Amino acid sequence: MDRELKRSIILDNYQNPDRKKVSGEDYIKINTRNVSCIDNLDIYLRVKDNIIEDITFEGEACVISISSTNILINLLVGKTKEEGINIIDNYLKMINEEDYDKEVLKELLVFDDTSKQPSRIKCATLSANGIKKFLEDEKSHS
Amino acid sequence: MNRDDFEILKNNLIYFDNGATTLKPKQVRDAIIEYYNKYSANAHRGDYKISAKVDEIYEATRRDVCEFINAKEPSEIVFTSGTTNSMNMIVFGFFRDYLKKDDEVLITLSEHASNIVPWFILQKEIGIKVKYIELNDKHEVSLDNVKKAITDKTKVISLALITNVIGDERPIKDIAKLAHEKNILMVVDAAQGAPHVKIDVQDMDIDFMAFSGHKMYGPTGIGVLYGKFDLLDKMKPQNYGGGMNAMFLKDGYVELREIPTRLEGGTPNIEGVIGLKAAIKYIENIGIERINKYEKNLRKYLISELEKLDFIELYNKDNDSNIVAFNIKGVFAQDTAIYLDKYNICVRAGNHCAKILDNVFNISNTVRISLSFYNTKEEIDLLINVLKNSENIWKEIL
Repeated sequence: MDRELKRSIILDNYQNPDRKKVSGEDYIKINTRNVSCIDNLDIYLRVKDNIIEDITFEGEACVISISSTNILINLLVGKTKEEGINIIDNYLKMINEEDYDKEVLKELLVFDDTSKQPSRIKCATLSANGIKKFLEDEKSHS
Repeated sequence: MNRDDFEILKNNLIYFDNGATTLKPKQVRDAIIEYYNKYSANAHRGDYKISAKVDEIYEATRRDVCEFINAKEPSEIVFTSGTTNSMNMIVFGFFRDYLKKDDEVLITLSEHASNIVPWFILQKEIGIKVKYIELNDKHEVSLDNVKKAITDKTKVISLALITNVIGDERPIKDIAKLAHEKNILMVVDAAQGAPHVKIDVQDMDIDFMAFSGHKMYGPTGIGVLYGKFDLLDKMKPQNYGGGMNAMFLKDGYVELREIPTRLEGGTPNIEGVIGLKAAIKYIENIGIERINKYEKNLRKYLISELEKLDFIELYNKDNDSNIVAFNIKGVFAQDTAIYLDKYNICVRAGNHCAKILDNVFNISNTVRISLSFYNTKEEIDLLINVLKNSENIWKEIL
């Protein structure tokens, strides 16, 4: 993907994140606090009958955190939990420079060179790790 | 000034994160290397020459620290691993026994974690109450607000001499006077203060104080705990073992050594102590007053230049120190820091371990510049230029 196109997708999801809002009582809220002690996002999830019905998020974080969270959420909504976990697993593999399935990542591919900036890896994986843990816990309970 | 002593500055680095740690001059490095090359022995093993030399320098450093903060005697100086270690010794070695349930400790929302978290833990453990002195509209501690916060239950006031985000210098001498009139003990976290202002623990009448070597041009892993002799003498050691015992018998009888040795169990950080000695000498050769004056002037210049930029939000414009907290409007602090790093400008982004300060600031993350005597107006001009071009920030960092 062309650098300019990547940048505009990342920026668009940072400046106009359509999934950035607080959600109500029928959602489960998780907080994904970055250990580098700066990014701080609340994520609201609604999962029913094995389907990820909706996810939103709120909080203060850097361009990579916000943008990757927004793109990831848009990709996850409507998928089954297993599909969701598979997307996140492939995303994490991409960030960690392992072999991954490009097909499932769609717009998340804009982060394919994040590993070149090691300080950004935590930002790019903050929400992914939080959501993955939630989906896996949900799976073991259902 | 003195830039030639800092090898790392020869690589076009602009280092503005001195509140996190300072760079180390050649003199500190040389002193440590000399120890390993010429007399690399343990302390307290004085039967051979090189070990005797270690003892001699180790205790000479204690005297140097004593003079540096004008303590009454060297036995009031304990070597620790840093401010956090010192603060924990103060809270858990002394105050755990000194305080009772419902006794109150006064701190503020702008303290560093190491002057908050130990008190919170003690609050959980023995039921003391941690209370906050209200900050004024410049986020500073006023004597009036200290007075207002004191109750019959107040037993300790524990404050940073200079805070690490706002950079305000507290009127410790006046606060301590007020505290002592009411039988309250005064604890000072001098981590940000020691490298920048003259400290006189007797004149300020401080009961306990903590600071770190690495924030004052010395190595990491070495710090100082100061306590008035009679108070320090009551402190319980956190480390029992070698070096700190006078004798012990088969039946379990243990006799401990005098302070400060009693509080320094185990092999000490000898290279750290030696490096600290060199760092103190280095600061004293320049002169702490001169350092202070230079840094304050430099800060004034930085503020005046930043004020010209309408896209910069300044958070502590009026405080008189070496620290400036700001944001580029609409840009998250970390993104600004990453942008500046592209130009080899090192700044800190975040909440700077003052995680409850957002209750006052209404903003949790800032870019922090903390200046040192080796920073220059030319470096500030470069920073300002880079900031002026920050409309390109996304192009540069994405």
